[in-house]
Amino acid sequence: MKGLDRILLSRMGPIIAGIAVGILAPLLVHLGNPGNMGICVACFERDIAGALGFHRAAVVQYLRPEIMGIVLGAFISAIIFGEYRPRSGSSPVVRFFLGMFAMIGALIFLGCPWRGYLRLAGGDWNALYGMAGLFVGIGIGIFFLWRGFSLGRAHAGEKGSGLMMPLLSLLLLGLLIMAPRFGAEGSGPIFFSETGPGSMKAPWIISLAVGCIIGWMAQRSRFCTVGSVRDLFMLKDAHLFNGIVALLVAALATNFALGLFKPGFVGQPVAHTDSLWNFLGMVMAGLAFTLAGGCPGRQIIMSGEGDGDAAIFVLGMIVGAGIAHNFNLASSPKGITAFAPTAWALGMAFCLAVGFFMRRRMD
Amino acid sequence: MSDHITVDARGLSCPQPVMETKKALEKAVSGKVTVMVDTETARNNVDRFGKSKGWNSSCEATSDGYSVTFSK
Repeated sequence: MKGLDRILLSRMGPIIAGIAVGILAPLLVHLGNPGNMGICVACFERDIAGALGFHRAAVVQYLRPEIMGIVLGAFISAIIFGEYRPRSGSSPVVRFFLGMFAMIGALIFLGCPWRGYLRLAGGDWNALYGMAGLFVGIGIGIFFLWRGFSLGRAHAGEKGSGLMMPLLSLLLLGLLIMAPRFGAEGSGPIFFSETGPGSMKAPWIISLAVGCIIGWMAQRSRFCTVGSVRDLFMLKDAHLFNGIVALLVAALATNFALGLFKPGFVGQPVAHTDSLWNFLGMVMAGLAFTLAGGCPGRQIIMSGEGDGDAAIFVLGMIVGAGIAHNFNLASSPKGITAFAPTAWALGMAFCLAVGFFMRRRMD
Repeated sequence: MSDHITVDARGLSCPQPVMETKKALEKAVSGKVTVMVDTETARNNVDRFGKSKGWNSSCEATSDGYSVTFSK
């Protein structure tokens, strides 16, 4: 165990975590998850928002156990290796709105960076535009970082304050298993899609186990799909980026082996072909992730380590998913909605203002 | 320059601890630089960065994190 942990902490760590995601995600698709969506932090948080009735898009409602698994895997790992460290206070409300707009951007594209790479590895070339947008968004974030952007310092919290997200994850797992039906008119409060992507799922126990494994590996290796690109450009450090390359290669190989590689633009699962908005959606998401210090996967992992600011970002994303569907901003395979550009403009204005005006006081 | 520079990067989000370290190491050129961080992740990142720039590093645990000292 000690030897394995040393490897996960070494330069090989992100590569091993990337290979694990690259193999396990297509396996989850093989076992029932939606196409090129073995794991998608944005889509799965959106499904959770739907299952809780925060939006009523009937095709995307499910309490995705992968998310709970990642939080719990990261939490247990942080406890075992002495890295559980409750902390918060770095502009939490700003982070909430960054999470909200990150989700709105991701749902214009239809995926988080993890799914962006998984879509590419499945032959969905629309993701090329999304990933280009992600890189540009990160580039804008880097510009702000060089100017001295900061959301301020976090401070150590009480021991129990870091338990909120692990406890919420346990509660959601309980609701998944019990599937209570005591809402008005005999439906809800938990909603499960009967058709559409929300109805497509691997057996929950396998989803949970995969989530735990990825949560543990990513916690140890600091795997981050946004930090990888940021560090490569800013610091010429490929440490994390190697993990992305490993993810792509492993997912490509697994998709080939399982017959899931289907190259093309048209007819890709849970995707649309509007290149401009695939690009622009991820510019906003990439900028918001960079300002918040990490990709959505990394945010849920840090929330498991006790980082209250990351937890607020995650909750912002879940609320953002509710807004994206209730305000008709989330894309569908038919394309973007009429309201998405306005929401995007508002979100970009917010993210740019945060980048411009929140700067570190020298102390 | 042989002054001992100290940087307080506690509580800062990624990648700010590494950026603060970069600035301090470039300013110092040689001598001693100490960076205070509050998480293991920041400690590893700061340590890796300093070593990649040819600095020797040593680390000690403090009451609220770590203090990484670079020398060259």
